Amino acid sequence: MESYRLSKLKNLEAESIHIIREVAASFERPVMLYSVGKDSSVMVRLAQKAFYPGKIPFPLLHVDTNMKFKEMYDFRDRYIKQIGADLRIYKHPACSDTGTNPWTLGTVKCCAILKTQALLNALKEIGCDAAFGGARREEEKSRAKERIFSFRDEFGQWDPKNQRPEIWHLYNTLVNKGESIRVFPLSNWTELDVWHYIHLEKIPVVPMYFAREREMIVREGQLIPLEGPIPLKQGEKSQKVMCRFRTLGCFPCTGAVASKAATVPEIIEEIMTVKNSERITRLIDHDQDSSMEQKKKEGYF
Amino acid sequence: MAAPVPSVETFLKQNQEADLLRFSTAGSVDDGKSTLIGRLLYEANSLYEDQLAALRKDSTKFMREELDLSLVMDGLKAEREQAITIDVAYRYFSTPKRHFIIADTPGHEQYTRNMATGASTADLAVVLIDASKGVLIQSKRHAFIASLLGIQHMVVAVNKMDLAGYSEEVFRKIQDDFGTFAEKLQITDLVYIPVSALNGDNVVRMSEKMPWYDGSPLLRHLENVHVMGSRNLIDLRFPVQYVNRPNMNFRGYAGRIASGTIGKGDEVLVLPSQRRTKVRSIVTFDGELAKAFAPQSVTVTLEDDVDVNRGDMLVHPHNIPHVYREIDAILIWMDPSPMQIGKVYLVKHTTQLLKGSVTGLNFKINPETLGREKAAELRLNEIGRVTVQLFKQIFCDEYSRNRETGSFIVIDPMTYATVAAGTIIERGRLSSAAKLAETGKAKNKIIHRQEGAVTPADRAKLLRQRPATLWFTGLSSSGKSSLAFELEKRLMAAGHLCFVLDGDNVRHGLNRDLSFSPPDRTENIRRVAEVARLFNEAGVIVLTAFISPYRADRGHAQEIIGAGQFIEIYTDSPVSVCERRDPKGLYEKAKAGLIPEFTGINAPYEVPQNPAIHLKTGEESLDVSAEKVYNYLRRNGFLTV
Repeated sequence: MESYRLSKLKNLEAESIHIIREVAASFERPVMLYSVGKDSSVMVRLAQKAFYPGKIPFPLLHVDTNMKFKEMYDFRDRYIKQIGADLRIYKHPACSDTGTNPWTLGTVKCCAILKTQALLNALKEIGCDAAFGGARREEEKSRAKERIFSFRDEFGQWDPKNQRPEIWHLYNTLVNKGESIRVFPLSNWTELDVWHYIHLEKIPVVPMYFAREREMIVREGQLIPLEGPIPLKQGEKSQKVMCRFRTLGCFPCTGAVASKAATVPEIIEEIMTVKNSERITRLIDHDQDSSMEQKKKEGYF
Repeated sequence: MAAPVPSVETFLKQNQEADLLRFSTAGSVDDGKSTLIGRLLYEANSLYEDQLAALRKDSTKFMREELDLSLVMDGLKAEREQAITIDVAYRYFSTPKRHFIIADTPGHEQYTRNMATGASTADLAVVLIDASKGVLIQSKRHAFIASLLGIQHMVVAVNKMDLAGYSEEVFRKIQDDFGTFAEKLQITDLVYIPVSALNGDNVVRMSEKMPWYDGSPLLRHLENVHVMGSRNLIDLRFPVQYVNRPNMNFRGYAGRIASGTIGKGDEVLVLPSQRRTKVRSIVTFDGELAKAFAPQSVTVTLEDDVDVNRGDMLVHPHNIPHVYREIDAILIWMDPSPMQIGKVYLVKHTTQLLKGSVTGLNFKINPETLGREKAAELRLNEIGRVTVQLFKQIFCDEYSRNRETGSFIVIDPMTYATVAAGTIIERGRLSSAAKLAETGKAKNKIIHRQEGAVTPADRAKLLRQRPATLWFTGLSSSGKSSLAFELEKRLMAAGHLCFVLDGDNVRHGLNRDLSFSPPDRTENIRRVAEVARLFNEAGVIVLTAFISPYRADRGHAQEIIGAGQFIEIYTDSPVSVCERRDPKGLYEKAKAGLIPEFTGINAPYEVPQNPAIHLKTGEESLDVSAEKVYNYLRRNGFLTV
């Protein structure tokens, strides 16, 4: 008997591929943000699927703060070479200044320069009219309200109160010169969906997601990795902790979680039982009230 | 990798097999919609500890009592401060049985458009009613929009039962009130559940406080309700989204199957080119497929090298969609500036982006009474029935049959804002005269007549005749067609160019989409009159043979053709004579009840009051009648110039 049933993941996959193709067909210069994380890995795989047997017809863009983990850089260079994608790397000029770091500027200003401003500059330089991001609505409460095709004015700003209605699967892709659209093909995916898909599709991800013993500083209940010139507070000493990273960001602001999950199924098992949502290890979400909404309004992904 | 833990494998299998239910929630201000969803997530263990912690912190900050679960849903800062829900928020949770995506939509009237957004991808709607307030207009509006967007399953959650003393009487009263309203909507599955979101009664667990309720709690209902879904697996509609041409050897058409199934080797028709070819392969990253179905995203290659572009559609040759340049639709207006009749907008339908304009607004719908109201324009959040003229043809189906090919959005060409959402409805279901008058008027605004250098006088001179339309009207079998063809013979013999438009012939082609209902008869006559007029403009004498039973329709035909050229001829024969002639056996069938609305038997014929020629075809011979008409033409100077 023929079955016309599609699993939830296959449904999500079909929806995401449709979104990615719609952008390729409707915009002149799309670009796909690539952050080296697991969601980016899934998004890139979906783009490969969308244009198979051809290659991805637009470039990937990594906005590099110079403060990512070494393992991330290694993985990025290896993976991009392997799939033969066109990766552009953009750094804000200030990222090589000694004072541009969260310890001197605070996380709000540091992000504003190295991520938001850098991203806006890069998009402007490329002249891009559409940029894919791997954000998911489930991640954070202001993201829950964002459209799949999210309009940005000429300054890259999001106006949450004045979003275009998004009905059925009919996406409005029209923008005037200078304006752009941020597109989120993974909008309807959950963290579990992402890991389950990585498992089924055998998608390579940065080894930092898997547990092993790492040198860590324990600060305010968070595990801060000993990487780069992290200023130690009085009495702080690094210690070996069995842990893994649930999300990847810049090393000064990305904590790890104590974990023994060393394989994808073990990670899934951990998620099944874990009671902390994934962004808790990202300090920047908690630095001010409505922090993510504020950053998004200004142009952050 | 280490050997996977067995329980994880079981979990993954279960996770794969659980299906997905998308539902939208809709409720009025303060009826506790966000609290209900917060409760659902809380009780289904779908809130994380840190979300709960942030929630406790926020609840203290805004000085609310206890733990305010609505804060989980009301994500935007402004909403949290004003305690209202402005936009659609999407939430995700799973139980072992099902995955759920909730579109939580605002309750205020001014956010109707956001509600439509949430409902457009949902299979089920949860409408909230505050037990302490009863059925309010907002709840009706929500139910109406959900039904408009084709949602078949609805749950009416009667909330705040704690404030109503958990009274069965209150619940039954609301059920009756809402039921009376919902009868007018097309909802096949309507369920009422009494709940208290604040206390968790009947949300996840059965409440002990309402022993009189014998249905399921909300979550159990959502887990078990059999949802038919909006998917159509019958009619293949494959809108080409992207032409994939990575190298000279590969040319594939990528897209998401809107409906139906497609198989390798299937014969397909390409619209609009009408070229026939076969499916060579269905290509995916994971290997070729023998068969694919909606809503899969695939890439199709074809046997023949036919020209196919984005916006084209592949269908099976024996099952084609409507190919329309004019559509009738229900429009939900979503922009602060009102709809303008005649203004050129952009329309996005499947993968086509084209221009179009609204040529007629038939009425708007009052969401409270569901009554039709006359309207000059559609304003923000208003819903109306319109006719849209498109600058190019689209390939569509009625929304009720196919959500994907039956829906479209309207975009403002200057601001690029999405200004409306439309659902395509069956053509011409509206009563005649109003529609004619309105569309006729509106069209003049945007379509200007083109005129060339050749004048009617030039044509008359060339043909040595003045054009006219001989409009024969009378009962079936009263001799209209016989007379028309007899006259055609005589006129041609005398060297006059003429043409017969016959009822049966026209209905095989031009008007095959029309029935014999009164509105369709009216449309039939309008089209024939327009064609006659074009023939007349070309200098040709036209003979029409249509029952045309309605006086008003003949009046319209006269208006269209022009009084100077319209010659009404009444073929007057008693029903008894017609019945005896009846070459096609129609009267017999009509009397047996096989033909509904047969003129003279079970549909009226309005006798012409002042015909140009009155022929007693029941008494006189065909020759005599024909001679009379011929003489009329000659006498009135139509046959000489």
